Amino acid sequence: MTIGLTHYLTVAAILFTLGVFGIFLNRKNVIIILMSIELMLLAVNINFVAFSAYLHDLVGQIFVMFVLTVAAAEAAIGLAILVAFFRNRGSIEVEDINAMKG
Amino acid sequence: MTAFVFYLFAALAIASGAMVVTARNPVHSVLFLILTFFNVAGLFILLGAEFVAMIMVIVYVGAVAVLFLFVVMMLDIHAVTMREGFLKILPMGAAVALVLFAEMSLVFATWMMAPDLDAVRAAAEPPLTEMSNTEAIGSVLYTDYIYLFQMAGIVLLIGMIGSIMLTMRARVGVKRQNPHEQATRPISDCIEIKKVATGKGV
Repeated sequence: MTIGLTHYLTVAAILFTLGVFGIFLNRKNVIIILMSIELMLLAVNINFVAFSAYLHDLVGQIFVMFVLTVAAAEAAIGLAILVAFFRNRGSIEVEDINAMKG
Repeated sequence: MTAFVFYLFAALAIASGAMVVTARNPVHSVLFLILTFFNVAGLFILLGAEFVAMIMVIVYVGAVAVLFLFVVMMLDIHAVTMREGFLKILPMGAAVALVLFAEMSLVFATWMMAPDLDAVRAAAEPPLTEMSNTEAIGSVLYTDYIYLFQMAGIVLLIGMIGSIMLTMRARVGVKRQNPHEQATRPISDCIEIKKVATGKGV
């Protein structure tokens, strides 16, 4: 049985769904929410690379680099915000983050 | 053989991805995230994108996951209270996830390749006998996409400055040099000339 493009797209779809599921499931823990976002970006990268490989077009792999850059910057900023928040409030529960509530 | 390796990597990636979102301990979540990245890198190698696979391992495992690990271990989190309402939200989360997956499956069932595919290709991949994957990516990335590449560097710079600014704080009781104060001190504050009478001392 040959492995086609759809196989890779299915794996990516399952990983993306797991990421969405993780955001719902761990809605109190910001660190796990950030990890779920990383999972979703990973799924997007699988789609890019799979299409790039099956269409023989390099641009998909180029774009993965940019997604990777944004993911790394996002993780760094997100975790920095988390550390700053923890320093002020002593907790990272999403429900405590309501200082800007109107 | 390729099918076996694909199913191995895919099953491990999905299983460890599921463990990331369901693990009780955030440290275990990070470790399973690392396992997911490794397996996805394996899938990329199967697809012939070895450069992206190696970048994946270096950037995600070497930088992002280790950053997560540091933060998880640095912050004092009560894993038990964090999981309150876990079972209450489980059915709704599963329903949303299933709907999302069903929608994506509908796309898989109906999509087709464009007939004029060869004409719309932006950067055709050269054959492997001519050029390796890494070389081919470099020849496209540093020519057609050089401005985007530079902008990606700026994104990283801003990310770096932002995270330093966010986590820097003025701590009391820490002695620091102030170069400006040092350099602008008038000479009259530093040296005092005294006439010392012979045999008397200052």
